[in-house]
Amino acid sequence: MATSVKVSGASETVLAIDSVTRAFGSRTILNGISLDVRKGELLGLLGPSGSGKTTLIKLITGIDRADRGDIRLFGERMPKLAMLNRIGYMAQSDALYNELSAKQNLQFFGKLYDLNGARLESRIQAAMSMVDLLNHLDKPVAAYSGGMKRRLSLAIALLHEPELLILDEPTVGIDPVLRLAIWQELLAMRDKGTTIILTTHVMDEADRCDRIGLIREGRLTAVDTPEALKRMSGKATIEEAFIALGGGAGQ
Amino acid sequence: MRIRALAVRIMQQFVRDKRSLALIFLAPLLVLTLMYFVFNGQAAEPDVGVTGLPPSIVAKLESAGANVTVYDNREAGMEGLRDGELDAVLEMAGGSPSILLEGSDPAVNQGVQMIVQRAMGQTGGGGVQPDITYLHGKANLTSFDSFGPVLVGFFSFFFVFLLAGVSFLRERTTGTLERLLATPVRRGEVVAGYLSGFGLFTLLQAALIAGYAIYVLGLYMDGSIWLVLLINLLLSLTALTLGTLLSSFASTEFQIIQFIPIVIVPQVFFSGLFSLETMNPWLQKLSFFMPLYYGADALRGTMIRGEGLSDNTVNVLVLLGFSIVFALLNVAALKKQRSI
Ligand SMILES: Nc1ncnc2c1ncn2[C@@H]1O[C@H](COP(=O)(O)OP(=O)(O)O)[C@@H](O)[C@H]1O
Ligand SMILES: [Mg+2]
Repeated sequence: MATSVKVSGASETVLAIDSVTRAFGSRTILNGISLDVRKGELLGLLGPSGSGKTTLIKLITGIDRADRGDIRLFGERMPKLAMLNRIGYMAQSDALYNELSAKQNLQFFGKLYDLNGARLESRIQAAMSMVDLLNHLDKPVAAYSGGMKRRLSLAIALLHEPELLILDEPTVGIDPVLRLAIWQELLAMRDKGTTIILTTHVMDEADRCDRIGLIREGRLTAVDTPEALKRMSGKATIEEAFIALGGGAGQ
Repeated sequence: MRIRALAVRIMQQFVRDKRSLALIFLAPLLVLTLMYFVFNGQAAEPDVGVTGLPPSIVAKLESAGANVTVYDNREAGMEGLRDGELDAVLEMAGGSPSILLEGSDPAVNQGVQMIVQRAMGQTGGGGVQPDITYLHGKANLTSFDSFGPVLVGFFSFFFVFLLAGVSFLRERTTGTLERLLATPVRRGEVVAGYLSGFGLFTLLQAALIAGYAIYVLGLYMDGSIWLVLLINLLLSLTALTLGTLLSSFASTEFQIIQFIPIVIVPQVFFSGLFSLETMNPWLQKLSFFMPLYYGADALRGTMIRGEGLSDNTVNVLVLLGFSIVFALLNVAALKKQRSI
């Protein structure tokens, strides 16, 4: 169990979401979401597919704009361009240039984050060793497997050592051994003070988060530590807790 | 600099994409060469059947460039006309000549008439032959010489339009555009990066097409090659910005193809390949909205009439204006992808 030691300390708020609503046409996708994330915290957003996790992520990164409500990142109201330098983002679908080599992809995104020269080079080495792809640096991405693409996307998100990591389903398609390794890296980064927000629909991953936000049909039905959620619902596993808590409040 | 990173990435992608390279560099040359053979052929010698004509006229017809066959009577000539062996039958009926034309090809009709007039005119003897010189062009200016400048402009425009449209669309549908816009890059930087990355290939392409047409195919050229390159480049930049702009209104590559009959084909009709003088004046004004009209006009003026930059200021400025407006609209259209 990853009971956090650092979260309990009075630390600053990195992300403050206040009554955010987003609709596409007449369909309300996110409904009155409020959530605070503190520095150095690892928050998991857990919810079935179609519940609005990705939509919420896009609002946080400033790609999309909320219809109502307020999102503040590092105290600044989003969307704001300057804030994007402080976020590392991994999209749900791998957005890579398949014709280019992994290295060319990394160099390109690195330069967009103002990394250059020796620093860019050393960051590429560090990020790629973190996802265990150092030996495949010069391969064209087209020759990568699905899991390798996922890891490369993660490496790109880590490249500029952002204060806040936003990962949309980071471990989909990655085998269990490597997934464990990646989780250890994430937890290590969290311990060094990086704030991490990730989405998942894998229950055992949720157990490793400091706090979990349960999303159901566009509503945040509960936000708390895994233990508290289990206690609240009187269930032994997150899975059961999710069904008990989400199902009840979602209707 | 982010613009440079974008430009470098586009170039890296492009050199690995052999098909697109071929499309932009080889396809225009291939089509241009075909056009050259279609339009550059010397006018074919018309086959003329004659009956009841004095041998002196027959000889003159032959020296004027006709393939003459002499028939005993009109019926035999008619036979040849029906069988498609002859283009015309010429006979002397009651002292005055009359021509019966096969009639299905206007170009052949004209050719026969010209030859007959030339042959008959000389027999008159009294007529003074005017001395013909040319202000622009030359006596044996072919159709290819006249269309060529328009074709050069058209190919620069068309292939860049397709390529830019498709690659920007692909950037959107594969999600890389969204990923790109999750970085601190400005929308203007994205457009500028695209312009400079593709711009380089566009420049190469413009030079290749113009150089090939002039120096290899021997297209008539009376002006400055640098002006031709400038006009070609501006035309390609317009195509580049228009292609990326329209691609934001398409969701598949096929929908980019659907823009061709709407955006490209009308421009061909207004580009000077066909004379618009008899068209309704209101319809003629449509050409003012068509980049290819300005580009083709400037290329023709430069290559055939030897005009300089000062004669083409309006054309050059309008093309530049099109590019700037389309580029700014591109920046605005990116708001659909990211609100800031
Ligand atoms: N741009 C959009 N236009 C219309 N509907 C959308 C758009 N983006 C997402 N949706 C809808 O919003 C809902 C939530 O999607 P999403 O946030 O991707 O869910 P999740 O990431 O939890 O699987 C889905 O029903 C999806 O169809
Ligand atoms: Mg999702």
